[in-house]
Amino acid sequence: MAVEVKAKPTAEVETEQLLTGCEAIAEAIRLADVDVMAAYPIRPYDGVMQAAAKLIANGRMDVEYIVADGEHSQFEIVKHASAVGSRVFVGSSGVGWFYAFEAIAVTAGLRLPVVAICGNRALDDPGAFGTEHNDSLAVRDLGWLLPWAETAQESLDLALMAWRVAEDKRVSLPIAIGLDGAFLTHSQQLVKVPTQAAVHAFLPKYDLGDRLLHPDNPITIAPQVDQDWLMEIRRQNDAAMRKALGVITEAHADFKRIFGRGGDDPFLDEYMTDDAEIVFFGQGTLALPMKVAIRRLRKQGHKVGLVRLKWFRPFPTEATVRSLTRFKAVGVIDRDYSFGSPFYGGVLYNEVRSALYSQAKRPTVVGFIAGLGGREIEQPMAQEIFDKTMAAGRGDLSVGDQCHWVGVRD
Amino acid sequence: MTTQAAPAKTTDITVEVVYRGIFQKTLAQRICRGVVLAARRSGHPGTAFARYGDSPERNGVPAKQFAVVAVDDTQLEASMARYEPSIVDVTVAVDDTLVKGVESWAWYGRQPIWKPTKPGGVVIVTSDRTADEIIAQTDKAEKPYTLAVVPGGASFAGLWVYKDDHTDWRVMGALAKVAPEWLPLEHVKALVREQTKDEGAVASVQFGHDATVLREVKPGEGTSGHEVLQFEKPGWTTMRPGIVVDARKPGERNPFYKKYSARTQRPVVNFDTCIKCTMCWLDCPDECFEVTPTGHYEVVYEACIGCGICAQVCPVKDCIVMVDELKFEKNDNVWQRWQSDRESYNRWFEATTGVSVAPPKTKAAAAAAGGDD
Repeated sequence: MAVEVKAKPTAEVETEQLLTGCEAIAEAIRLADVDVMAAYPIRPYDGVMQAAAKLIANGRMDVEYIVADGEHSQFEIVKHASAVGSRVFVGSSGVGWFYAFEAIAVTAGLRLPVVAICGNRALDDPGAFGTEHNDSLAVRDLGWLLPWAETAQESLDLALMAWRVAEDKRVSLPIAIGLDGAFLTHSQQLVKVPTQAAVHAFLPKYDLGDRLLHPDNPITIAPQVDQDWLMEIRRQNDAAMRKALGVITEAHADFKRIFGRGGDDPFLDEYMTDDAEIVFFGQGTLALPMKVAIRRLRKQGHKVGLVRLKWFRPFPTEATVRSLTRFKAVGVIDRDYSFGSPFYGGVLYNEVRSALYSQAKRPTVVGFIAGLGGREIEQPMAQEIFDKTMAAGRGDLSVGDQCHWVGVRD
Repeated sequence: MTTQAAPAKTTDITVEVVYRGIFQKTLAQRICRGVVLAARRSGHPGTAFARYGDSPERNGVPAKQFAVVAVDDTQLEASMARYEPSIVDVTVAVDDTLVKGVESWAWYGRQPIWKPTKPGGVVIVTSDRTADEIIAQTDKAEKPYTLAVVPGGASFAGLWVYKDDHTDWRVMGALAKVAPEWLPLEHVKALVREQTKDEGAVASVQFGHDATVLREVKPGEGTSGHEVLQFEKPGWTTMRPGIVVDARKPGERNPFYKKYSARTQRPVVNFDTCIKCTMCWLDCPDECFEVTPTGHYEVVYEACIGCGICAQVCPVKDCIVMVDELKFEKNDNVWQRWQSDRESYNRWFEATTGVSVAPPKTKAAAAAAGGDD
């Protein structure tokens, strides 16, 4: 059974602290009163390990902290802990995430609300620490909810949202929050840390109901099945993912009411789009240099804005279509690759194109692959992205509806 | 149908072989491959496959393999990319205890042996019993079919060995008899000759063809003594989420899966010589034994797969005797009968097992019974 909530020496006022994205996640673990977390070190996720261990050592957090013998065991531990009624946290990065892949797949299949972070990191080889989204994106079809954070504050906020959404009985699916390696995981930013009372008001206790694996509730979970069963089980996951959109919307509204943060839309964060003709579309920290570029371009008289995607899964198709059909051209920036995909575009690019396909009026979509391996998005790159998107908006088909690599040496 | 198979050749023919998992896997495969390869000699294409859901097979649990032969590749396509044909022309049961019904991994509930056989189709059974004896243990027919009895007992082997006692060739001969338009006897013999280079095997094909007895079964013939087990599969809106299945509570047995169709023999208990040592109860891999108010252990036959471990571990000679399953019609527990009329039960025990209800033989049993040994 879940560990009883103990009174903790938490100041009952909201504080502002200078925290890395990882430390902000650790604060969320404390505030959510997580019962079990499983850890295995890999950069950049391991920042959470260290921060959580410090909170425990300092007597500020009470959590069963299990250091596993590898990522596969790490994810299996929390899956099982979740099945017996524990609120859990786990995380990894890059190829560590991949080493856990079997456990990651079965967690979604089993509908267990595991909350994870994926500290986004390039996949080996070559060994690299910088951010790329292909680790998180590898699970995009499996039933994991995948939000991406832009700031340390959003990391904490999304984590609190994550337990609420994942554990909601209408959803009951795992969530992996994408945190860009280094830029977010290892950079300290000012973060408002809410009070325990506010978090309690927002986040109900974890309750698996009649799915709780307990001797008093004899059930079998995850039996072997044949073709007579699997499709119905997949269809249930599909229904849960569809319902997640509404549950996220509810949670977002409650979050705004209780904490006063979160923006207008649960799924999209729009910047200077009111009169925009051209927008950039992307997720994670690349929004920051692009906003810098937008302000510079606006000074030159260009009507340009940004639409940042906050939840990649479930993909907010309706909201995305509603937003993007307002513009002439959209430059989708992927911090990922999908070798051999249509137009050799990134994952996001092809998702956006697919969402827009059935619209009578749709913008020209240009794809950009940028910032791989944690390469910084510098202003000349942002300028190139703008120029090509602008050209596409003017009807230059040599740049539109295709994909370009930006900031790569020839 | 008369004593011969329907002469009009349709577009395809489907043969299923129902067999005991593991023990008869190779036998079933040889028959199914033989059907396809023999029909190939007439220029017909075919396919042979095992039912995927039966794998991994368990010892004795009923399983199926299939052979489909068609007039051409286009006709064959309708039978490709399938797990299991829903209707078959010929059902072959290579163990006569299978006629009591089949409950497999791949289905839910026990089904009559003739369930997928088309009306007017053929059920071939290898058996030393007469057709009437077999029909008496087969579910009451809901459609006419022809029972074909191929002389010979059930051929059992393990996973890694194959005991070629010519059951495969006798069954091929029987198939040539009931479906000569697809499997002319000469083609079957030619195939077997080529494969085995053994005139004895070819003679077995001829013997199977000649010695197989055909018996028309009319609707209503057969027994209504077998339990009907049916199972409704829930949809995604009614299924419990999270791949959760109700577990059985302590003392409760699974009402959906009963296991007894895996049985070829059943243990029969002599309660008079039982010393209540608990060994059968302890060692039964399927937890079949229930403790009676008298402290004896009785078999719950619905859960018993007939593995015989209880008879092996029982320290008292002939206290638990394994008996051919076809001698029984019901799964009723018998301890109550022994309790109410010991004499009658013991006479039945002796008649059924061929073992006399003798006084305890072992020292332990004698001591437990307060004997003078």
